[in-house]
Amino acid sequence: MSSHLTRRSVLRAAGIGSLGAGLGRLAGAEGVTGHAAVDRHGSHLMGVQGTVDTSVFDPAVYLRSWNFSELSPDERDRMYRESRRPDGSMLREYEIIAVDREIEIAPGVYFPAWTYNGQVPGPTLRATEGDRIRIRFVNEGSHPHTMHFHGWHHPSMDGSLVEQQVPPGSQFLYEFDAEPFGLHLYHCHAIPLKRHIHKGLYGVFIVDPRQGRPEADEMVMTMNGFDTNFDGDNEVYAVNTVAHHHMSHPIQVEVGRPVRIYLVNVTEFDPINSFHIHAMFFDVYRTGTRLETSELSDTVMMCQGERAILETTFRYPGKFMFHAHQSEFAELGWMGFFEAVEA
Amino acid sequence: MRTDRPNGTAPRSRTTLGLVAALPLVLLAALLLLIVRTDVTRPLRGDAPPVEELAITSVRVTEHGFELSLLNDGPDPVRIAQVLVDEAYWAFAQQPPGELAHLDRARVSIPYPWVHGEAHELRLLTASGITFDHTVEVAVESPRPSARAIGLLALVGIYVGVLPVALGLLWHPALRRLGSKGLDFVMALTLGLLVFLLIDATHEGLEAAGQVASSYQGTVLFFLVGGLGYLGIEAFGGWLSRRPRAADGAWVAALLVAVGIGLHNFGEGLAIGAAIALGEAALGALLIVGFTLHNTTEGLAIVAPLARQRAPLGRLAMLGLIAGAPTIAGAWIGGFVYSPFWSVLFLAVGAGAIAQVIAQIGRGVAGGRALGDYLRSGAVVGGLICGFALMYTTGLLIG
Repeated sequence: MSSHLTRRSVLRAAGIGSLGAGLGRLAGAEGVTGHAAVDRHGSHLMGVQGTVDTSVFDPAVYLRSWNFSELSPDERDRMYRESRRPDGSMLREYEIIAVDREIEIAPGVYFPAWTYNGQVPGPTLRATEGDRIRIRFVNEGSHPHTMHFHGWHHPSMDGSLVEQQVPPGSQFLYEFDAEPFGLHLYHCHAIPLKRHIHKGLYGVFIVDPRQGRPEADEMVMTMNGFDTNFDGDNEVYAVNTVAHHHMSHPIQVEVGRPVRIYLVNVTEFDPINSFHIHAMFFDVYRTGTRLETSELSDTVMMCQGERAILETTFRYPGKFMFHAHQSEFAELGWMGFFEAVEA
Repeated sequence: MRTDRPNGTAPRSRTTLGLVAALPLVLLAALLLLIVRTDVTRPLRGDAPPVEELAITSVRVTEHGFELSLLNDGPDPVRIAQVLVDEAYWAFAQQPPGELAHLDRARVSIPYPWVHGEAHELRLLTASGITFDHTVEVAVESPRPSARAIGLLALVGIYVGVLPVALGLLWHPALRRLGSKGLDFVMALTLGLLVFLLIDATHEGLEAAGQVASSYQGTVLFFLVGGLGYLGIEAFGGWLSRRPRAADGAWVAALLVAVGIGLHNFGEGLAIGAAIALGEAALGALLIVGFTLHNTTEGLAIVAPLARQRAPLGRLAMLGLIAGAPTIAGAWIGGFVYSPFWSVLFLAVGAGAIAQVIAQIGRGVAGGRALGDYLRSGAVVGGLICGFALMYTTGLLIG
């Protein structure tokens, strides 16, 4: 709501004369900058207020979980089973259920999400190249949904055509081999596409190379955003859903131990997102499909759906800020800290 | 007491009448209780999200940041979860804290290093993700009621209200030398001026009505209060005429014009003070010139009814203060405690008062002639047109 004073609207017009200057002084502003109060610049003033309820979804747990490793053995058995096949590869069977659920994306801000297994992002699925993936997908949501994977598979398993949509109350068995190795994702491909994705139907799909990757402290970071008022613009940006969560809960890492970040961009509405870390550099493996690094950087830019594996090692103890290098995204929630401690 | 009633109903005692009259009210209360208890709209609403409305009724820019006054203008409770300034989440404090029920008020203060003279976007994010925005168009510190601020706002009021009206009053000696055609012309010109002011006040008032929280029904409020303003001035005029030491008709007319214009200028002062408070006052010399020209015509309107009278300077000064001084009071109130709600009320009273004055003068000037004959007179038509044209062209100067 801005004021409109019409006949007096010249009040707004560029003014000349001494009275205008007098009114400026009237306002009591000291000089042009007029900011004596230092406290207004305090960094603690920026960022969301309060904390979210992490008993429902904890970004710190999501960060280092895949194939339901965060669940108790009993609960895990219901969602995930693995068995070795004659050729030595694994058969990995998943239960993925689409449900509508209200999630807390910033302290006190609730978003009516569509989720895989009640969480946004959905569970991270992880396999080794050549493994067989079998997913029983049950749609308990209010709209038709699908699971569309990035990776090699038969078109009948693509989950993208209208006839491949799984209506509410129905289920579908997705089955394909995990290839190529790299960092991939899955998301709903029901129409309208934008709405189905930004409502929360996406997750990370990691395919490890047969020989594996060097030991590291591995973590999954999904860059996402939420359009809470449905105006086609995100009100909240985050890594792993909760705005500014790692500002108050820094990610704990060890000095000298390699860190591997599986970074996926599923931000809707904005063409690109980015990742920047302070005071250090990382090796970039775009899409994770080659074992040789393509660049050494402290900032990586990614299009919607693009992903990269980042590898680095903390040299010093202390707090390291990381955030989107779009300042707007950073201040709207996509910002956090690593805290490196001596092992 | 017995009367025969054509419809044959029995006569009733007062008690019976009271009971019968109360019956519908009792039944209405029962009906309301039923509606609330059974929540009949629930099946219609389903699990639809709440209807959240939040009116940002005022924003003050302080040394430390922004101070917002809020009103829950919708049917459902609203909880403010986060606050954004220029697309960044920011610290804030809400008083009183917690959920706002229908028509609850709260203040939100946001410590923020705002930049002098630049725009800032404020956004409130509710628990359900709905956003309410306010733009601080030009950030300058809102005036505080210091001696200096009071003095400067008064100076503005004097420039745009008191002095121009006083200058217009000085036409009185010239008016006294006019013939009857000339007087017809000047009175018609006055009517033209007043009709212009009425239209302008109505426009301003309805615009302010649009900014009022919708629960307050700004447009209805404007017309109702305008009607009260009309009746109030009507009663005031009647009281003046009936007093033992009643002034003659011309003085009553002049006084009523002065009161009407004074009420109008109060509304104008509110708008000017508010513009300063909202940081939109880049008041320049050109604007002062415009207001001076524009409001000088108001002085002419006041003395026109006195064209056949001797007018002691003291009484003229009194009329000038009645018409001009409210601008100062308006500027103070607008500058320190602006709210569109009060603007609507004062603009409405002003518009009603001016409407009454138009009617009053119209009755007087026609002087027994049929209105049609009066309006067909060349001097009158010329006067009306000149009145409009004068206001319109001087209005061009102030936008």
